[in-house]
Amino acid sequence: MKAGRVIGSVVASRVAEGLEGRRFLLTVPVDDGDDVTGEEFVACDVVGAGRGSRVIWIGGKEAALAFGRDDIPVDATCVAILERHGQREEND
Amino acid sequence: MRLGTVVGMVVSTVKDDGLLGLKLLVVEDADVRGRRKGSAYVAVDAVGAGRGELVLTAAGSSARQTALTRDRPVDAVVMAIVETVEAGGEITYRKAAGGPDEGG
Repeated sequence: MKAGRVIGSVVASRVAEGLEGRRFLLTVPVDDGDDVTGEEFVACDVVGAGRGSRVIWIGGKEAALAFGRDDIPVDATCVAILERHGQREEND
Repeated sequence: MRLGTVVGMVVSTVKDDGLLGLKLLVVEDADVRGRRKGSAYVAVDAVGAGRGELVLTAAGSSARQTALTRDRPVDAVVMAIVETVEAGGEITYRKAAGGPDEGG
């Protein structure tokens, strides 16, 4: 499970079976200082995240398990919205 | 999932039995504006995508999680055709009216 930030969304005109009505979020991986650490990717969503949300996302086939099933072709899903994260004390 | 543009198809006459009947597409990574980024790979088509279309692909064992690819030796699948992309509050990609070339 990794941290990310939602920067947008993708709307699909046609999807594989089982993905009908799913939301697709454009997401970037971030470190605990909220700095972007890699290229954007697209994740599904089970928590109602939107643009600007800091999230925890899971990758691999486990991403489908967030929907309680193992027969939908998703490899990234946002599974939690972060209030804050990181190891630093908030004293600055 | 990754954004990519369908840039071609693969025809293979000698292949593992598990690949029989699957349409193999060449997909090139794309940015949020649908611009190609230069790195291409092969993915099984699960949605009827055609050449020129911006698509989403799922990779790894997730690629086997369709009725078409279950238990097949594949590690990438085209699982959505993109209509629009919004990034930073701006529509960065919108599929052209009339659609792209039909890839068959």
